[in-house]
Amino acid sequence: MNNVLVLPMLIPLLTGFVLLFLRPSIRAQKMISILSLLSLVAVSVRILLIIRGEGIIRLDFGGWEPPFGILFVGDSFSALMVLTASVVSALIIAYSFTATERRMENMFFYPFAFFLVAGVNGSFLTGDMFNLFVCFEVMLLASYVLITLGGGKVRLAESMKYIAINVVSSWFFLVALAFLYGTVGTLNMAHISVRVAEVGQGPLLSAISVVFLIVFALKAGLFLYFWLPGSYSSPPGPIAALFAALLTKVGVYALFRTFTLMFYHDEFIIMTIIGTMAVVTLIGGCLGAIAYTDIRQIASYNVIIAVGFMMIGLAIFNEEAFKGSVFYLIHDMVIKALLFLIVGAMVYLTGKTKITGMSGLIRNYPVLGWLLFLTTLGLAGVPPLSGFIGKMYIGLGAVEGGNYFLLFAGFASSLVVLYSMLRIFMNCFWGETIINREDQRPYPARRLIPIALLGILTVGIGVGAQALEPFVSDAARVMANPGLYIDAVLGEVES
Amino acid sequence: MEFHMTILVGILVTVAVYLLLSRNMVRIILGTAILSHAVHLLLITMGGAGEGKVPLLRESDGPYADALPQALILTAIVISFATTALLLVLAYRTYEESGSDNMNTIRRIDRE
Amino acid sequence: MKENDVILRTVTRVVVFIILTFGVELFLSGHHNPGGGFVGGLVLSSALVLLYVVFDIETVHQGVPFDFRKIAAFGAMVSLLSGTAAAVLGKPFLSQGFGYFDLPIFGLTELATVTIFEAGVALTVIGTVVTIILSISKDV
Repeated sequence: MNNVLVLPMLIPLLTGFVLLFLRPSIRAQKMISILSLLSLVAVSVRILLIIRGEGIIRLDFGGWEPPFGILFVGDSFSALMVLTASVVSALIIAYSFTATERRMENMFFYPFAFFLVAGVNGSFLTGDMFNLFVCFEVMLLASYVLITLGGGKVRLAESMKYIAINVVSSWFFLVALAFLYGTVGTLNMAHISVRVAEVGQGPLLSAISVVFLIVFALKAGLFLYFWLPGSYSSPPGPIAALFAALLTKVGVYALFRTFTLMFYHDEFIIMTIIGTMAVVTLIGGCLGAIAYTDIRQIASYNVIIAVGFMMIGLAIFNEEAFKGSVFYLIHDMVIKALLFLIVGAMVYLTGKTKITGMSGLIRNYPVLGWLLFLTTLGLAGVPPLSGFIGKMYIGLGAVEGGNYFLLFAGFASSLVVLYSMLRIFMNCFWGETIINREDQRPYPARRLIPIALLGILTVGIGVGAQALEPFVSDAARVMANPGLYIDAVLGEVES
Repeated sequence: MEFHMTILVGILVTVAVYLLLSRNMVRIILGTAILSHAVHLLLITMGGAGEGKVPLLRESDGPYADALPQALILTAIVISFATTALLLVLAYRTYEESGSDNMNTIRRIDRE
Repeated sequence: MKENDVILRTVTRVVVFIILTFGVELFLSGHHNPGGGFVGGLVLSSALVLLYVVFDIETVHQGVPFDFRKIAAFGAMVSLLSGTAAAVLGKPFLSQGFGYFDLPIFGLTELATVTIFEAGVALTVIGTVVTIILSISKDV
């Protein structure tokens, strides 16, 4: 019993509800937000350290023991994800203190941002398939509200599409859950894993796992990413950053959990289907990133490329590659938040969205320009920045597993990422200035601080990878040996 | 029992898909609502419908039906209720802003 | 829009109280029998919605001067805090307890902390339903 495990979901939920009451006073909302975000980060660190000391921990809600009750399970993987999500969302919300219009703050922007964080953290921590569905829905409902916030014709039309897609994918989730429950008679992840191993992953269970694959692929933007660029490029900076940093990563996390813990028996599905989907995602993402001239679209396609890259780690399916994917997930949350905040700032400063419309911004906003350059290097995986470690481990895993084609696809995509990002940098920041010193809009330092902190974080993760390594290898070890997870959840009950 | 339920679920999904593919926004929302009803029925069928007695201690003495699918369905109903409500509000706002409930017209606005 | 709806208005005045009573009954019976916070809350909110449909929003608002968004938030908070209370007492989150008490009028009664949780659920449902109805019907 570890009640601390529920706090990453409980703190944001309670904060959200308290903020709903404080609508008239934006100042009070901000104060409480900061306090709650700081405690959220502190709690996540604490959970990570507890897991380091005691191994995998779990919390049975209401004292109902698994497999009968619902529970939260904390292993290194989920704790790392919770910590990164908490830090990143804290910085994004801190950024939005100065960058959100008063109109949107009045429409409950902060409460719903907190509900989103609660859903994300809940999805990372849950050890029960149905609970995963519920946490997904908490997160999605908050995202529906956030994406429609403020209105505008284009936004509303895009959100209609976004919601319709997600309602359908949630429907598939429920269908998969129904069949899974009808087949194995349990929804506890560890118990499912035991039962699947007992009966063997026959055609029926493989079909169910493919339905789960479709559901999470839709949420993560793996192969089924057609909805993503539109809905990620229409909301304003902070909201787009929250989406890009957190939402698709939850889908990626769910894919890893499902296919390393429960349905790891069928090599064809993991190697061939997921591998193919990952490569197609990479190609599609690369084409989009090169083809578009709208910087928000380019950034959105970069999200897709990253998802494809992480999925290569799953398709290779060995401990080294898992390690790479965990590193890359952490890196990607940070760097996508950074990228979308900078892109949002560029759109805000120039009032334009096409790269052809901007030029010479580096004279007006040098710090922003160099931060974008840092982001470019980080995305491409230049050492010592955070992207490098993940790419290196995935590469090592691919060599170990002999998946040279996946290796080639992954690293070719890095070059395209570099090109697409340099295109933004060269076009928008170099060349003749288009903005005179006189009518240059000032960019407040208070907004630059969260962006700069994210930039420092991406350097820090790269340089300080040594400190992170024990946690990440523990996460990869649990993924490669599902027995560890199962013992931690069901061990006491069976003995 | 299972046989009839399966056919009913099939019919509901057919209706829902037809509604989802139409251009009218309210029809799409109705489609999502019917889609969720179909999956609720599916859940109850997969959990073993018609077997066992009401799982209430004082009412009968076993064997009881599995109560878990009902709990799942209740949760799913709450969620689909919230989603449908949100979609209705969104459709209304979109109608207010663009003066149309036709997805084709709205998409045209989107392109401009 | 002026309509002659005397019958509707008269019936509503009576029926609303029947619905409200039924809602409370459903809520309380939920502990051992079919019912509970969600269903009870839905029935209670249907009474409110009926009032809003028959009389106009301003009139009802004079009688029921609550901000339903706040009711929803308050209800969800009550539910969460009832779970947190268990965590504070050193039990797993969301643990519930019950006991039998000899009350003056009711005799030996079972009181359970889960009722507090359910009350929160009911308030959330009422708040959400009415908020949605009001936000759609604002300017027809």
